[in-house]
Amino acid sequence: MGSVPFALALVCVAAALFAVGRWLNISYAFFAAYVVVQYIVLGTAWNILGGYTGYVNFGITAFFALGAYSSVVLYKLVPSLPLPIMMVVGGIVAGLVGLGTGYLTLRLRGVFFSIATLALAVVVQTLITNWDFVGGARGAYVLRPRVAPLIGGDYIQYLFLLMLGLCVIALTTARAIEHSALGYGFAAIRDDEGAAEASGVPTLRLKLIATVLSGGFMGMAGAPLPYYVTYLDPSSGFSLNYAVNAIAMPLIGGTSSWLGPVVGAVLVGGLQEYIRVTISSAVNVLVAGVLLVVFVVLAPEGIVGLFRRRRR
Amino acid sequence: MDASLDLLLNAVISGLLLGGFYAAVSIGVAISFGMLDIVNIAHPGFILLGSYVAYFANTVLGMDPILAAVIALPAFYALGALVYQIYYIAFERRQDQSLGGLSFFFGLLFITEVGLVLIFGVDYRLVQARYIGPSLNLGWVELPLRLFVPFLVSMVMVVGLQLFLSRSFLGRAIEAVAQDQLALRLMAANPTRIKRVAFGLSFATAAIAGAILIIIQPVEPSIGREYIGRVFAICVLGGLGSFSGMVIAAVTLGVVESLTATFFGPSWAPAVSFGVLLVTLAVRPSGILGR
Amino acid sequence: MTPLLQISGLGKRFGGFTALQAIDLDVQEGERLGLIGPNGSGKSTLVNCICGTLRHDLGSVRFGGKPLDGLAAHQRTRGGLARSFQLPRPFGTLSLAENLRIPILYAVNARGEGGLAGPAIDARCRDLLAEVGLADKAHRLPRDLTQIEMRKLELARAMAAQPKLLFADEVMAGLSHAEIDEIIALLFRLNGQGVTVIMIEHIMRAVMQFSQRLAVLVAGRKIADGKPADVVRDAEVVRAYLGE
Repeated sequence: MGSVPFALALVCVAAALFAVGRWLNISYAFFAAYVVVQYIVLGTAWNILGGYTGYVNFGITAFFALGAYSSVVLYKLVPSLPLPIMMVVGGIVAGLVGLGTGYLTLRLRGVFFSIATLALAVVVQTLITNWDFVGGARGAYVLRPRVAPLIGGDYIQYLFLLMLGLCVIALTTARAIEHSALGYGFAAIRDDEGAAEASGVPTLRLKLIATVLSGGFMGMAGAPLPYYVTYLDPSSGFSLNYAVNAIAMPLIGGTSSWLGPVVGAVLVGGLQEYIRVTISSAVNVLVAGVLLVVFVVLAPEGIVGLFRRRRR
Repeated sequence: MDASLDLLLNAVISGLLLGGFYAAVSIGVAISFGMLDIVNIAHPGFILLGSYVAYFANTVLGMDPILAAVIALPAFYALGALVYQIYYIAFERRQDQSLGGLSFFFGLLFITEVGLVLIFGVDYRLVQARYIGPSLNLGWVELPLRLFVPFLVSMVMVVGLQLFLSRSFLGRAIEAVAQDQLALRLMAANPTRIKRVAFGLSFATAAIAGAILIIIQPVEPSIGREYIGRVFAICVLGGLGSFSGMVIAAVTLGVVESLTATFFGPSWAPAVSFGVLLVTLAVRPSGILGR
Repeated sequence: MTPLLQISGLGKRFGGFTALQAIDLDVQEGERLGLIGPNGSGKSTLVNCICGTLRHDLGSVRFGGKPLDGLAAHQRTRGGLARSFQLPRPFGTLSLAENLRIPILYAVNARGEGGLAGPAIDARCRDLLAEVGLADKAHRLPRDLTQIEMRKLELARAMAAQPKLLFADEVMAGLSHAEIDEIIALLFRLNGQGVTVIMIEHIMRAVMQFSQRLAVLVAGRKIADGKPADVVRDAEVVRAYLGE
């Protein structure tokens, strides 16, 4: 299947999902589904760098929160700005930060990049905490319009629709990469960087492309967050849960294809929501961490990989 | 005496003391990452575990936090050996250290943090001891014992480990593993066993580091994350595997952070380590003492 | 005529250890050069310095008349240098055919002189695998190969980059007589198509049969360079190989 038919198929699935949601018209369902779709985007974004090139980004919260806080800034400056534009801006900001971090650290061994991204999360949080314009440590309030623009109905439906759209774009991008020269270059880097260079692969440039794409999608996924939570403070915007989920979901689902993050996000996200409702929200955050460790130890190919192996 | 000079002097002194404490926090990573090439990013989480062990022993049993840490050493060592064994079987043997191994430790970090939240909650906890509160007054300089005692403990631990590595047979075997695994295997030593011992030791340092952390400041489960950037900044700046470089880097970072906190406000201090880390990686990845 | 490869005064140190010292070596276009020397004499370091895997400290390397200094490894590959790795380094998660696809996509197509597209790439990968006798394993993963097959894959991947100059770094170690003859024939064919070949090899039979010229490295220095028959009789070479 080419990229265009694939994207159209995804659009159909997304439209069907949205139609079912509209028909049910339960706000809770939209709120819960938004989170799962957001994690599909985050997991896919992480996987473009982590799964395809093998470079582990721990700074998910930095990129995600950069997107979220870009929206806060824009909201304060131009409250009437449409949210899709805020998402694009958030993506650009996060992508540029990815470019800078990558440019400084991607020449070194992969672990240094990983460590730098961990530290990046702390420093971006420090900067935001000290920036009074966006509320500093106290946090910022964003007024969520009651009615969704264009489509009518509850505003959460609009947020969900935008996240679905972003998800379609992210998955189409990820799959297009897999089947393109870029994807082969990424795989060569993941397998053996020296041999990739010797085969003509411009490894630094490709790693930077992956970092920018990955960081950009994370930023775009974070941009609607202020409208989703309506009150955003650094400790919730930089919650480690985002990072753990975004890493755990692709690794649980399988990192070798676009399907892995989807499977991981739906299963883990769904399970977490179930546990949050039935047991407690404290246990629910533990789930992703435990599953992450169990899967990387026992089933490093993830669920998709397990099925592929059985089929062979 | 000029007030700002006084401020500067005190900032430098407390930075030095803080740096000494950072050495205790970083030495575990200097062993695991610097010598064994195991990127244990969960180490700060284990340090927090040490803090809560000290907290528990202190509040429930009335025990001195440092004594509690010393008693907990064998348990931490055993836990470290276990973690290494899993790491070895799942990643090192499969040659999948980067993606799988890093994610594994990241998962452990998260599990430790959330586990501590579930048991102890998210409130700040602190310990009681005679040396928390009073200061030695040396003229212009205040020497708070709350910082001075951890500094001493940290230095004892660093010097002790350095002596162990350079003098004892096992210690030299660990240094040999760090240099060349193949040569060691040819000498019929078992590098996996030696690495397990070394990783156990690095893990055990978390018990001590945790106890002195909770003496220095009140602790809540997520502050471990602040230490990740700091610890790795120190290890990279110090040149991987070099204890003396690590101590110099720790003290340097302590002083810079302390000055930053004094003159720009404490909320800026966490950004210092990131700056140091990034500049080091970009300009001099082999560290200050590196070739 | 300007030599295709001009190395002058090349030096490389690792810490206090001098791996290469003042190497001068010219290789003409279309030449078949054998490079021999005991283990640790610096052959692979020399290849690494020429191909950009390592940076040399002293001297210069010119390829096709242009200096290579400062060029990254992938730029040199695009410029027409290709090498096999002495210890095979296949792309482990890619099939054999996909392994060859990488240099086609990134070296051949990057030269911008009418690159290959979809089906043409597949056909080229098949042909290359057939040339080294791995056609029936095109869709297998490298981990299914024997060490010897991996060496063949290394060679095929270097050939896939369509180089002007090919370094064959010990591609024949462990091969049977018949297989060695196959590889030699293959390298002769490549050379016949205009590819300059530098063969780094311990199997003297292969080197002597293939090379027009022989250079000898010992302890980081070039101690002999000339007609193969003369070089192997050279007293210094004999001493280096057989001991005093």
